[in-house]
Amino acid sequence: MISVQQIHKKFGKLEVLKDFNLEFESGKSYALMGPNGSGKTTLIKIILGMVIPNAGDILVKGKSIKGSFAYRSDIGYMPQIGRYPDNMKIGQLFSMMQDMRPEIKKYDMALATEFGLMDMLDKPMHTLSGGTRQKVSASLAFMFCPDILILDEPTAGLDPIAVEILKTKIIHEREKGKLILITSHILSELDELTNHAIYIHEGKVFFNDTTESLKDITGESKFTTAIARLMEWSLKKKQIKTELSHV
Amino acid sequence: MFKLLKYALYDIVKSRFALLYTLFMVLVAISIYQVSEDMSKVSLSLLNIMLMIIPLISAIFATTHFFNNLEFTELMLAQPVKRRDVFLSQILAVIFVLSMAILIGFGAPMLLWGADASVLILLAIGIGLSVIFAGLAFLASVLTRDKAKAIGISLSFWIYFSLVYDGFVLYLIYSLADYPLEKPTLALVFLNPVDLGRIIMLMQLDISALMGYTGAFFQDFFGSAKGILLSSAVMFIWMILPVTAAMRVFKRKDF
Amino acid sequence: MKTLNLLFVTFFILSMASLEAATIRVKNGQSIQKAINQAADGDTLIIEKGTFAENEITIRKPLTIIGESYPVIDGKEKGNVFLVAAENVHIRGLKIINTGMSNMDDSAGIKFFDSKNCSVEDNILEETYFGLHFSNSSKLTIKNNKLSSHAEREYQTGNGIHLWKCRDSFIEGNTVSGHRDGIYLEFVTNTVSIGNMIEANKRYGLHFMFSHDNSYIQNTFKKNGAGVAVMYTRNVLMKENIFEENEGASSYGILLKDITDSEIVGNIFRKNTIGIYMEGCSRSTFKSNSFTQNGWAIKLMASCDQNTFEENNFIANTFDISTNGTVVLNTLQHNYWDKYEGYDLDKNRTGDIPYRPISLFSVIVEKIPAAMILWRSFLVTLLDRMEKVLPSITPENMIDNSPKMRPYDIRTTNT
Repeated sequence: MISVQQIHKKFGKLEVLKDFNLEFESGKSYALMGPNGSGKTTLIKIILGMVIPNAGDILVKGKSIKGSFAYRSDIGYMPQIGRYPDNMKIGQLFSMMQDMRPEIKKYDMALATEFGLMDMLDKPMHTLSGGTRQKVSASLAFMFCPDILILDEPTAGLDPIAVEILKTKIIHEREKGKLILITSHILSELDELTNHAIYIHEGKVFFNDTTESLKDITGESKFTTAIARLMEWSLKKKQIKTELSHV
Repeated sequence: MFKLLKYALYDIVKSRFALLYTLFMVLVAISIYQVSEDMSKVSLSLLNIMLMIIPLISAIFATTHFFNNLEFTELMLAQPVKRRDVFLSQILAVIFVLSMAILIGFGAPMLLWGADASVLILLAIGIGLSVIFAGLAFLASVLTRDKAKAIGISLSFWIYFSLVYDGFVLYLIYSLADYPLEKPTLALVFLNPVDLGRIIMLMQLDISALMGYTGAFFQDFFGSAKGILLSSAVMFIWMILPVTAAMRVFKRKDF
Repeated sequence: MKTLNLLFVTFFILSMASLEAATIRVKNGQSIQKAINQAADGDTLIIEKGTFAENEITIRKPLTIIGESYPVIDGKEKGNVFLVAAENVHIRGLKIINTGMSNMDDSAGIKFFDSKNCSVEDNILEETYFGLHFSNSSKLTIKNNKLSSHAEREYQTGNGIHLWKCRDSFIEGNTVSGHRDGIYLEFVTNTVSIGNMIEANKRYGLHFMFSHDNSYIQNTFKKNGAGVAVMYTRNVLMKENIFEENEGASSYGILLKDITDSEIVGNIFRKNTIGIYMEGCSRSTFKSNSFTQNGWAIKLMASCDQNTFEENNFIANTFDISTNGTVVLNTLQHNYWDKYEGYDLDKNRTGDIPYRPISLFSVIVEKIPAAMILWRSFLVTLLDRMEKVLPSITPENMIDNSPKMRPYDIRTTNT
């Protein structure tokens, strides 16, 4: 569904992604991991068209995203920190986002309802707490039943009840056969939500396979410890990288 | 595009800045009207305030607005809308607020106490300068990732066009005083929108006849159809140029 | 015998009367020159309504010529219309048109030589090269005439009222427009000009040289090509005149060159490029004048000294005073300056801090006129402010130590 082809991105002299290739298929949910500065966020932003690569191309549903914007209506994006116009009310924000996708008529308001946002549609954004804003961001990402969901640290700042609601929703959508891409620092959560792990190290794919094979290769039964092992290896990647890469 | 603009406007119109700026303009206009009863003196005082204040406030406000709205801009970029439209909606919203503040702030007192045609041109020049400096501020903003740096660049634009450039012109005139300088200075005026706006406005007021030979020369030029056409065309180019430059950079920018 | 006696007396009285002054009517179609030739000294010629195509009408004896309903004397663009060289000639109520247009003989509507006690009143002169031209004459009265010319260029027309080597005269209530100079005086003394309206002449509204001891009162000089220029004269009184709308690169409300010991009082200078331009003037007083909306209210060249400017109003001028030198030996006191930003703590209606009427920018513009394009720019505002706080370039002693807080009420009776 998303094909990342030979992407190359430099910020000034810093090479963030080098000859980067990845395939994301529908029906799978991916955990995108890697240390800080490994290029996770850059990759997501390139897919969303917010960052423009120096070379290479992205295909979404088989079509290049170069110069295109319509493909973004297939993507639900939940940013790490959602900032919205201060003077806008929740209800207005919702209708604005709906306004921008005139071709979509059916809205999935389940998350918004469960988060209790439907009772506070008149509240201006600047009065909301960080957690409530995250709820708004999450509701927006799922609102248009997109085929692709990109969630950047989705549970950060949410209270435990909200986290559970969101997790249930993510699993529910995964079962519908959607492509889900999650980055998170909470590894246990990724174990629950994803079935495929991608580990990026210094702008290259270090590991890319199912969660099961990750456990197999590392010889760990728990996801979290398996990842920790992966990180250790990545630091000595030069020797082992080729053995692990299943791309 | 119009949807984006609608929401961008909705946000900005309700901001405290729009209200304060308009209020400030009203107060300035009222106090000027109260102090002097002669219309041409009112126009001149308004012109002075305008040439100094409008570029400054436009530059600073547009820069801060760009950075305050950066996350929102990013949110929009993740939506199925064109980059161009995101950019245009932001800058047009800024221009709208700046222009309305001038129109209401200076216009309302004029409706109340009377005005003449020259005042309309004054308003047009105010709006033109707002567009130019908002454009320059957006250009500064898209060229850098740092808000403080962008404000610094915007302020430099303002200082350059309001002070440094004129200092340069003065120096040039001074060192070439033995040559006929009317035509070169005319060309120099076109290279600075603040000067151009000021001269267009001065030529509208009948005081231009009182400016000696230089005034007469400029009156000749700006009074002719060719001069009016050329000066408004150049002013228009000045309005378009920074905005398009900023948009080009914006289209290629990483967020 | 008794009746004879009576008859003789009657005859004597009648003949005396006819000797005193006969009244001769000149009808349409008759020759004015012939009537003048036939008239005796002191006769009155009444010229009836009509058109008389005559020129070089010469008067060499005392005569009174009165037009009825403005008969037209058409010079057909040849030479002068009237030439006068006599005493006690009075010309009234004529409409004199179309003199020659040559500057070889200075053709005029009426030209006086070596005359005395003459008057020219209530005449209309149109398309004359010179209007009224007087030389070497005295005790003239020039009153309520209307002179106009429609020449397009300065060299195509002469002066309206032109006096050369005259004295003890009155020039009152005339209207002059479209001539080269409205009123031109050279070597004219003891003459008074009152209430004339001098408008839209090609060169100067009023132009005089070497004409001492004259007064100019309640005249209006408006929209003349170069305003008013007066030179090389002492003891002039200019009172309650209006100088306005003299606009142009070298146009002056009034240009004073080598004017000494004079008084300029109660005049209004409005909307002139330069209100007063002074060069080589000394010991003159400028009092109770109003300067409003001029480019420069006063340009005071460094060659002027010992002049006093007091109790004047300076309102809405681009520059109040500018000068080309650094040492200025003139006195400024008790003036009202609308640009004055001082305060009056002791409430004596005089500002507590002095006012410097010369701005830095005016000094710059004086040196480099092209710098005018920076007028009203932020840079210039800033420079002027700095100069006000720390004077460095502007003349140190050009100061009004007693600036008034409120303007004086200055009006003239002419409108």
